[in-house]
Amino acid sequence: MVEGAQLSPEEIQFQERIDAGIKIEPKDYMPEGYRKTLIRQISQHAHSEIVGQLPEGNWITRAPTLKRKAIALAKVQDEAGHGLYLYSAVETLGVTREQTIEDLLAGKAKYSSIFNYPTLTWADMGAIGWLVDGSAIINQIPICRCSYGPYARAMVRICKEETFHMRQGFEIMMTLCRGTPAQKAMAQDALNRWWWPSLMMHGPSDAESTHSAQSIRWKIKLFSNDELRQKFVDQTVPQAEYLGLKIPDPDLKWNAERGHYDFGKIDWDEFYNVIKGNGPCNRERLRARIAAHEEGSWVRSAAAAHAEKRAKRKAA
Amino acid sequence: MHDQARFEYLLRLGDNCLILSQRLSEWCGHGPVLEEDIALTNVALDLLGHARFWLTCAAEVENAGRDEDQLAYLRDAGEFRNVLLVEQPNGDYAQTTARQFYFDTWHYFLLRELKNSSDSRVAEIAEKAVKEVTYHLERSSAWVIRLGDGTEESHGRMQRSIDDLWVYTGELFEPDAIDVEMRERDIGADLESLRAPWLEHVQKTLSEATLDAPSAGWMQRGGKRGVHTENLGYILAEMQFLQRAYPGAQW
Repeated sequence: MVEGAQLSPEEIQFQERIDAGIKIEPKDYMPEGYRKTLIRQISQHAHSEIVGQLPEGNWITRAPTLKRKAIALAKVQDEAGHGLYLYSAVETLGVTREQTIEDLLAGKAKYSSIFNYPTLTWADMGAIGWLVDGSAIINQIPICRCSYGPYARAMVRICKEETFHMRQGFEIMMTLCRGTPAQKAMAQDALNRWWWPSLMMHGPSDAESTHSAQSIRWKIKLFSNDELRQKFVDQTVPQAEYLGLKIPDPDLKWNAERGHYDFGKIDWDEFYNVIKGNGPCNRERLRARIAAHEEGSWVRSAAAAHAEKRAKRKAA
Repeated sequence: MHDQARFEYLLRLGDNCLILSQRLSEWCGHGPVLEEDIALTNVALDLLGHARFWLTCAAEVENAGRDEDQLAYLRDAGEFRNVLLVEQPNGDYAQTTARQFYFDTWHYFLLRELKNSSDSRVAEIAEKAVKEVTYHLERSSAWVIRLGDGTEESHGRMQRSIDDLWVYTGELFEPDAIDVEMRERDIGADLESLRAPWLEHVQKTLSEATLDAPSAGWMQRGGKRGVHTENLGYILAEMQFLQRAYPGAQW
């Protein structure tokens, strides 16, 4: 929307409610653009949870202890749960879960690109919790205060669980770093592979970001991508030091003047390529979702047919 | 000398839960619908919890310095004591459901007996587990009915799986010397006495599902004495990989 464009009286009133910090609820008036932006953002987030089950699910059957296996199972289950209530939040905006999922399977909807990277070792389970969930929390905590009620409320619950996941991930890393030289090398290798994709999770730099300004006005977004990324770097560098791991960025250094860490240039070429479908696992991830959907089709039909038979018998 | 029969008996209880949980966890992220993904993972988590109780208890009885992880990760297939049923592949959702249904029904009646065990640890674990297994049984029975009495396709798939897995149900009720000893010492259950209630629930559910109950016939056996199907070797190769590749490491 262009600054100074004609706003209808309804739209003016809507913006005033947002500025006053009043939550928008499903039955309230909302401009079409607001609704569409939310549908896009929440469904992308839901898809990220569902696709995000795959890289970690990859290690559940190989978890090295029974306790770790239980934690991994519970974590991936949490992600499915997050997907479920985010799809419900999308439904409050008038789009069914089936439609939203169809868009994902048709390749029309996006999900967080980070899940197109492979989990090659057990340390990746630690790195994902620590870095990927760590990034996600930084992106998501402000959304707990966003203007759309159902999204904000879903996010409060999700953030609580993500905080737990991040701690578990860090704990895996710490155990590896205190372990044998081979384990420590495994941890360093995971950090090397996950560091840059984690920085990319905050999205393109502010100059390049297409959706930012309006989203900030609507309080769907409260901080810019670059602000969130800086926060992540500032938070994570001391944690890596504590672990005794080296962040794979020769340009990383404390800038006393800014009160922040400076860091090297992000390879945006890689970022846009992974978004376009050229990441290491884009095809596998989407195919796994399509396979689950197609192989589950007769199960869903059977459940529906049975429910119908039941209802008929009851009515008879 | 430790109580070998009690140790073996606890291993059987633990290994059944561990191997079935491992199989179910293969579904995580691949379920036919999100709610089922979550529910199956719940069952996998419950069973993993039970496995940990039983194996920890077994390790204490053995008193040889092993713990749950050493028992789970450092025994080879011949030392596993689970019944053959639980190591069968997931197959399609009907096969997973049939396997779960046969097992849950048996597991439920078994735990109900074990609640009265003279071994207070066994009674305590059974008491806790039976609450969760009651839900497992309700759930898998409901799915047998739903798929059996659903569409023509689901009916066919469900019938095939019920028939295919039937050969692995005999072992559940055949006591060997260890079962007899445990029964005589009032620690274990009378396996033969579980057959009638098991069969009654299975037949009742299959009938509601419009499925035919398989007739008695030759049964496969061997899991309890460590003679398994080819499946177990692969399950362990996957499950034990890290512990085997990095001996002695802490995780």
